[in-house]
Amino acid sequence: MSEHPIKVVVGKPGLDGHDRGAKVVARALVEAGMEVVYLGLRQTPESIVAAALEEDADVIGLSVLSGAHMTHFTRVRALMEENGLGDRLLTGGGIIPTKDQETLSKLGVGKLFGPGDDPNAIVGYIHEWMATHPRGDV
Amino acid sequence: MAQPITRPDSQAGDSDREFTTVSGRAVQPVYSRADVAPDDLGANLPLPGEFPYTRGIHPSMYRGKLWTMRQFAGMGTAAQTNERFRFLLERGQTGLSTAFDNPTLYGWDSDHPLAEGEVGRTGVAVDSLQDMERLFASIPLDRVSTSMTINAPAAWIFTMFLANAERRGIPFEKLRGTLQNDILKEYIAQKEWIFPPQPHMRLITDLVSFCAEHVPQWNTISISGYHIREAGATAAQELAFTLQDGFTYVEHALAAGMSIDDFAPRLSFFFNSHLDFFEEIAKLRAARRIWARHMKERFGAQNPRSWLCRFHVQTAGCSLTAQQPEVNIVRTAIEALAGVLGGCQSLHTNSMDEALALPSDKAVEIALRTQQVIAFESGVANVADPLGGSYFVERLTRDLEDEAEAYFAQIERMGGMIKAIEKGFPQQEITRSAYEYQRAVSEKRKIVVGVNEFANEDEQLHIPILEIDESVERDQLAALKTLRESRDNLAVSASLEALERAARGKENLIPSLLDCSRVYATEGEITRVLIDVFGEFREQAFF
Repeated sequence: MSEHPIKVVVGKPGLDGHDRGAKVVARALVEAGMEVVYLGLRQTPESIVAAALEEDADVIGLSVLSGAHMTHFTRVRALMEENGLGDRLLTGGGIIPTKDQETLSKLGVGKLFGPGDDPNAIVGYIHEWMATHPRGDV
Repeated sequence: MAQPITRPDSQAGDSDREFTTVSGRAVQPVYSRADVAPDDLGANLPLPGEFPYTRGIHPSMYRGKLWTMRQFAGMGTAAQTNERFRFLLERGQTGLSTAFDNPTLYGWDSDHPLAEGEVGRTGVAVDSLQDMERLFASIPLDRVSTSMTINAPAAWIFTMFLANAERRGIPFEKLRGTLQNDILKEYIAQKEWIFPPQPHMRLITDLVSFCAEHVPQWNTISISGYHIREAGATAAQELAFTLQDGFTYVEHALAAGMSIDDFAPRLSFFFNSHLDFFEEIAKLRAARRIWARHMKERFGAQNPRSWLCRFHVQTAGCSLTAQQPEVNIVRTAIEALAGVLGGCQSLHTNSMDEALALPSDKAVEIALRTQQVIAFESGVANVADPLGGSYFVERLTRDLEDEAEAYFAQIERMGGMIKAIEKGFPQQEITRSAYEYQRAVSEKRKIVVGVNEFANEDEQLHIPILEIDESVERDQLAALKTLRESRDNLAVSASLEALERAARGKENLIPSLLDCSRVYATEGEITRVLIDVFGEFREQAFF
């Protein structure tokens, strides 16, 4: 295990004010010992990836309940690749139909969570992913 | 075949279970006369239709008129939503309720950079009067009441609605419906604001004043607890913050020189109905009593219609599960029944698939049928406030009222609701409650059937899922482009310049907004002009 806490940038891209889930998850990640940078509402894929670069984040978590998940996850993933963050985890949640989750998974997006999923499941997933995906630069 | 599932500890006696409501309120094993205040007992308890209306706003409630079955609908283009509206009216729905897409709710046109991927996704895209014409085509606006869920840009979406009525020759006096137009709960919970609070409050007050004179049957604000609850508030927080928002609108209208009985009868409310059956009924009863008392005794309203807390209820979206979605039909039925026993004037029942996607036609139809079963089969609509006098319900009603009053006092000490919002007080209270609820679920102190207990690991999804075609965004952008090329752009510029002058002054902005709407100025063009004058609001992110 790394000595540093896992660092997660959490943000809500686009026009979507449903921030209950993002906030609950952010707090659960902190209680699990992770460091969370919560960017809040009305972020763009560019602002989220810029923050992840600046913070040298291990994980980017997006919350999308607006139906625009295909646009936002795809764009953030592409920007991660362009900016040398291709070895970091992109995960998140919202109202995201299974079919769309499968499409996004093929583009390199990690597991996505939805209503009813326990925040601890997200904590567990991030730990597991970190343990099996050493960073490219170490 | 799946194994029958039993909860391992369900036989283990009740002593280690936590007996609390969904809001975390402890409840006794039984209630008796000793638990109820003398005022809430027997002959001291006023009848339905009597001040303070705890038991309902009409003496015979649903015998005289059933609640309006009003399903929130909107997706894709205006033409598609128009089809859904007609589908619902043909199946016996009695009022319309419009869901707008996110760019429309935030005040932007479909071609704004932030709108990409969002056009028509969670509601209908409306950019100008042209879309409003298509949205309500062939719908008799003088006979069907129309609700529009829009807040930050409510004033200029409403003037597009008015301009459409004008073109169809329907007089403003005949229009009936509701505009949500409740910005305070946007800062608190739903987060769809444009400007800082003061200019938004000016626009709301302008609209209230304009309608009092020109659109007398229109409900000018639907003061909403729904979103506050969905964001994680408890029943008491929903009640308190919503009514405090209501008092704030009243104070602003009074400060603008209006008299209370000129506008108060057109204020209406919108509450959530969550799963905790008796607590929700008590909350709705408490809302009526608090509002009536404050309107009469604190604000001096003389007209009994000003005292009435009339409200729409929607079942709790946040109570729905993505797992075994068919079970959501049962949850929604229980919540809808609480809304009816709580005395709602209109009701929306959620569809079973809403934790997965926008509702399919099938799911919407079942949701509407749920209301019809309650109305026509269950018999509950035959008697006004059948739970009145129940020791438990009366006690809960009183407790919720007391808790709301304690919040009112706390918020007043902060300098009122706008100050409290600027300090983040209601937002932090809600965030705390949301986290506490999630912990209770994680620790199984609260059971969610099919989620943290009775889960079916072999579950296969067997319900249809509505998909929004990507062509919606393309079509909407093309229509917007054509509009910008074909309208009278000189008239548009002139109307926007006049709007800017009005915004910099003190006059009522509704006539200028109506002029802009008439010449097909777009929503985003109007927003841009007003942002230049009023500035934009920025939230401090916290969790």
